[in-house]
Amino acid sequence: MKYVDEFRDPNRAKAIIKEINKISDRVIDYLSNGKKKEQIKIMEICGGHTHAIFKYGIKEILPPTVELIHGPGCPVCIMPKGKIDDAIELAGKSNVIFVTFGDTMRVPGAKKNLIEAKAEGADIRLVYSPLDCLKIAKDNQDKEVIFFAIGFETTAPSTALTVLQAEKEGINNFSLFANHVLVMPALQALLESPDLQLDGFVGPGHVSTIIGTEPYQIIAEKYHKPIVISGFEPLDILQSIWMVLKQFAEGRCQVENQYTRLVGKKGSKAGLNAIKKVFTVRSLFEWRGLGEIPNSGLEISPEYKQFDAELKFNLSNNKVPDNKACQCGEILRGVLNPWECKVFGTACTPETPIGACMVSTEGACSAYYKYGKISQKV
Amino acid sequence: MTQKKIKDKTITLSHGNGGKAMRDLIDDVFVSNFDNPILKELEDRASIDLVNIMLEGDRLAFTTDSYVVDPIFFPGSDIGQLAVNGTVNDLAVGGAKPLYLSCSVIIEEGFSIATLRQVASSMKNAANLAGVKIVTGDTKVVDRGAADKLFINTAGIGIIRRGVNVSAANLQPGDAIIVNGSLGNHGAAILVTREELALSSEIKSDCQALNGLIEVILDVCPEVRAMRDATRGGLATVVNEFAIASRVGIRLFEESIPVDEEVKGVCEILGLDPMYLANEGKLVLVVPRSHRESVLAAMQSHPAGKNATILGEVTEQPEAVVMLKTAFGTERVVDMLVGDRLPRIC
Repeated sequence: MKYVDEFRDPNRAKAIIKEINKISDRVIDYLSNGKKKEQIKIMEICGGHTHAIFKYGIKEILPPTVELIHGPGCPVCIMPKGKIDDAIELAGKSNVIFVTFGDTMRVPGAKKNLIEAKAEGADIRLVYSPLDCLKIAKDNQDKEVIFFAIGFETTAPSTALTVLQAEKEGINNFSLFANHVLVMPALQALLESPDLQLDGFVGPGHVSTIIGTEPYQIIAEKYHKPIVISGFEPLDILQSIWMVLKQFAEGRCQVENQYTRLVGKKGSKAGLNAIKKVFTVRSLFEWRGLGEIPNSGLEISPEYKQFDAELKFNLSNNKVPDNKACQCGEILRGVLNPWECKVFGTACTPETPIGACMVSTEGACSAYYKYGKISQKV
Repeated sequence: MTQKKIKDKTITLSHGNGGKAMRDLIDDVFVSNFDNPILKELEDRASIDLVNIMLEGDRLAFTTDSYVVDPIFFPGSDIGQLAVNGTVNDLAVGGAKPLYLSCSVIIEEGFSIATLRQVASSMKNAANLAGVKIVTGDTKVVDRGAADKLFINTAGIGIIRRGVNVSAANLQPGDAIIVNGSLGNHGAAILVTREELALSSEIKSDCQALNGLIEVILDVCPEVRAMRDATRGGLATVVNEFAIASRVGIRLFEESIPVDEEVKGVCEILGLDPMYLANEGKLVLVVPRSHRESVLAAMQSHPAGKNATILGEVTEQPEAVVMLKTAFGTERVVDMLVGDRLPRIC
């Protein structure tokens, strides 16, 4: 395929790998600083990157000195059980059509998931764009259509635009169960944890098309970790890893942008404006595996409260603690590898996921289970 | 006897009540289309002479499948053609010559009789092309909402060739894995047709009968180890089943896996992998290494196999695991399908 295959060229990959090999030993020396250090740990934040890394076998061609840690960047995986129970509660109300993206269907709540709720009679429908909700609302005026809005800054603008369109068209039987999350507060929570084992970051591509590269400055300036915003093709990712290593080798610590074909410094003005108009920041939002993180989620702003399903339906706001055996938090901080978790591959598998990292195909554990189980000898 | 056309335009519950309306519907729609002496007896069972069919081989093959595809007409095919070819293929991949099919329909009240005629005519054409006869059937009508439009069940019998013994458990290290053409077209065609995606494409289902192609293959290589049609779950599922049943490893070469450009495009947009998409006319077979060139040449001489290609090999290790040598130059595991292939959102 034109404009795609160019970014999957094995010969170009070999050339970058050669450069990575050349530079990684120097980086180890630099980072060791007299102490023994065997690996450079780089986190790819975004689930899309994790997926590509496994799909193209990128870990296998990196030198053993470069270890990739898979971050919390899959919005499906980080949805806590309580929120899924809330969704099931809303979907089960009479005269409600509950609309969602396909990925959320398999995420386990405390007792069941949305697939089971649908089988038990809830009217749950899948869409590919939130705007499809408005058509469903117009076709079913005697019912309330609730959209399960999830995702990082990437999908929040399209949800916001749907609300604005509903307002414009005077659609009253549509509301949102808003669970959008923000990437920077989650990263800061990770960076503040005392046992953090990360040296640098490969930054999310799609989120950055909206927020730009500026919000990441704090990672370089306050936490002294280099970060490179990356595209999603295998050569993008390899080049970004090389750029992180090069920063170490040259004694720099900066925000760099590899994905210049889509990401600018300021992001998308229209996207950010839509988010700002419809949403405000929640003071606290719970992440599966990471716990409650201040200012990390979005809720509907008071001006648009008529579209807020939480208010319309007086939701119970279920709280369900994470399973004690689950070690997703340690995996996300780079302290543990997926196969070192007590329940990995036994109680927790892609068919019966316990923790965030096993839920979606983009979760670190699911990806390991699917693609990596041979090379890791688990 | 010339059949008279019934005047009704819509299926009602009376078309399934066992009375005259049902008899007229069966005569008009099914008997006239399927047109063969065994069916025309209209007894509760088909009566099949054994003497002649026993010349075809030494074992009877018997299979059944239900067809509930939505939409019932889709680019390149429809539920009727699928109901014939699917069952024909299930028999053929077992090394059998398919001979006779049954056809049971469950129709939702309110279904259009003109559309039902179209489906029956499509079944007739598919049966003629595959060289099988539809010799018995059943018609049921259910209340509106109790079924979605039209469901079809076909069962089939065939005769397995003497000396042919195909099984997923037969694979040996060194064997070659062959497919008869590009993968994922059926699954992609159905996905694109679902209106909520608002995609448009020229992708057509690959629905076709495989028994002609399989005859050609068995003529040059009766030692075929295993054959499957790669329907739900696609190529990835079939090769995993082979690897598990035979306790061997399988290595696929991504660059040799045939996928049409448009199917690749749809997969990129929706975050899907063509190796997991359904096919309805794709044969995955395993042959001893020494026969791979002759089988490939024989397949390429047949219209259903002109794009046949070798896409993998059987290895000793890792046991019961399928590995993919990626076009990117790396290796990874190809697992069984878990859950539905749902589109990713970020």
